[in-house]
Amino acid sequence: MSSSVLKASDLTKRFGDFTAVNGVSFEIRPGEILGLLGPNGAGKTTTIQMLLGLVTPTAGSIHMFDLDLSTHREEILQQVNFSSTYISMPQSLTVEENLWVVARLYGISDMARRVNDIVKKLEMEEFRGKVTRKLSSGQMTRLTLAKAFLTEPRILFLDEPTASLDPDIADKIRSLLKEERRSSGLSILYTSHNMREMEEMSDRIIFLQRGRIVAEGTAQDIVDRFGKADLEEVFLKFAREQGQSSS
Amino acid sequence: MKLHRITALIVRHLYLYRRSLPRIMEIFYWPFLDLVIWGFITLYLARYQSQVPGFVTFFLGALILWDMLFRSQQGITISFLEELWARNLMNLFASPLKPSEFLTATMAMSVMKVTIVSIVMAGCALLFYSYNILTIGVWLMPFVLNLVIAGWIIGVFTTSLIMRFGQEAEVLAWSMVFLFQPISCVFYPMEVLPTWLQMIAMVNPAAHVFEGMRTVLGAGAPPVGDLAWAVCLNGALLVGVVAWFHRTVAYCKDQGLLVRVGE
Ligand SMILES: Nc1ncnc2c1ncn2[C@@H]1O[C@H](COP(=O)(O)OP(=O)(O)OP(=O)(O)O)[C@@H](O)[C@H]1O
Repeated sequence: MSSSVLKASDLTKRFGDFTAVNGVSFEIRPGEILGLLGPNGAGKTTTIQMLLGLVTPTAGSIHMFDLDLSTHREEILQQVNFSSTYISMPQSLTVEENLWVVARLYGISDMARRVNDIVKKLEMEEFRGKVTRKLSSGQMTRLTLAKAFLTEPRILFLDEPTASLDPDIADKIRSLLKEERRSSGLSILYTSHNMREMEEMSDRIIFLQRGRIVAEGTAQDIVDRFGKADLEEVFLKFAREQGQSSS
Repeated sequence: MKLHRITALIVRHLYLYRRSLPRIMEIFYWPFLDLVIWGFITLYLARYQSQVPGFVTFFLGALILWDMLFRSQQGITISFLEELWARNLMNLFASPLKPSEFLTATMAMSVMKVTIVSIVMAGCALLFYSYNILTIGVWLMPFVLNLVIAGWIIGVFTTSLIMRFGQEAEVLAWSMVFLFQPISCVFYPMEVLPTWLQMIAMVNPAAHVFEGMRTVLGAGAPPVGDLAWAVCLNGALLVGVVAWFHRTVAYCKDQGLLVRVGE
């Protein structure tokens, strides 16, 4: 039994001649929040999509809970969920109907209690009966987070989860994430372009640039190693290097 | 296969239809329009019935059966398009749902649509034209089952193309089936086709069903040979097209198209 819930080894994705992700290896430990940082086009989304089985790696392997994703897709995805500002849910269904469908899809027992709990936790009572099409972008983000929490995952992939939330709700979401990892040992892979949030949330950070890991460690480690004032400055350094090499 | 995942998708579509009048109308619009237009044409031509015996029975029967195939295909393709329009494919394919469960759910949706449309069309035919589809007799059920499966084959084929080529290919959901109509010999016997087209029609299970229908209605003979052909072709083609669907999913995952298919 290994001490990590997720192990990506030498993960590579090529689209034709273009290498989007290049030999990336990392682990996530139980209850750990791992931040995935990098400029636009660095390969963050492609990495998450490989971890979710939506994109097949060209090379390398992915193990979660000591199972190989290529051969145990169903068992792994049952224990994993994700949320992103960029995904949507069926627009003609109400918030609650959408959650019911997800609960069924994952075979959750005691669906009514779980749906009620999650609606309360994310303060969605006010719009639980609303048709999804009529939600504000912040409410929509809360719905996609609710669908991710609903299935009680052991690993959560969050692609810019607080991007469209007001500061109050964003803060509540961050507290909820920390609380969940404390109480249930939830592990999280997190991407955000908000550097302060990254510093606050992540136990460890991986920096991607042009599909390769260029730095890894705690936020403080990384800032110290590159002799910068904060994470934002490190980010700007990598983003400009990537921009220059591609221009 | 897990039943709860299949029912989750069915419930999702039922929620959708419960709230959407245009979607419900869409199910009935074309069949109803077809029935009205063809019904009157049939009534007009029926004046010359002496030349073609059982003309009304041929035409209206064929029309209703053809619509069953069409709805069956739509049940599959439109269910997929609904997920694409809702940008919900990522949620589904990143869940434990298997492609085979996805297909099973769309097939169940297709059976529901066909059942509803058939009841409404058969009722209207009876009401407007005093035509009773049950005159086809005990062979009606095997005919319908074979047409539903033929509809699935076209539906899964079309869905794979849309998945592979993206939303631009969406128009196939409505047009593809009409490519099959001439070689399904719905309103005319296979023998009127040129020889080369007859060869193509021979491998279309729907053509054998319609041949069988004419055998029953015309000669009153049991259409055992026609049905045997339809069953064998349906079985082989269904296996082939489902395998192709799985290969398309794998190809889309390799090319990163699954998450971009809505674009
Ligand atoms: N299906 C695909 N086919 C071809 N190229 C792709 C495909 N998907 C991603 N790419 C390319 O791979 C690179 C990495 O993209 P990815 O979306 O993973 O970046 P990202 O780090 O998530 O960026 P952002 O911060 O903008 O979301 C980009 O150059 C992108 O154009």
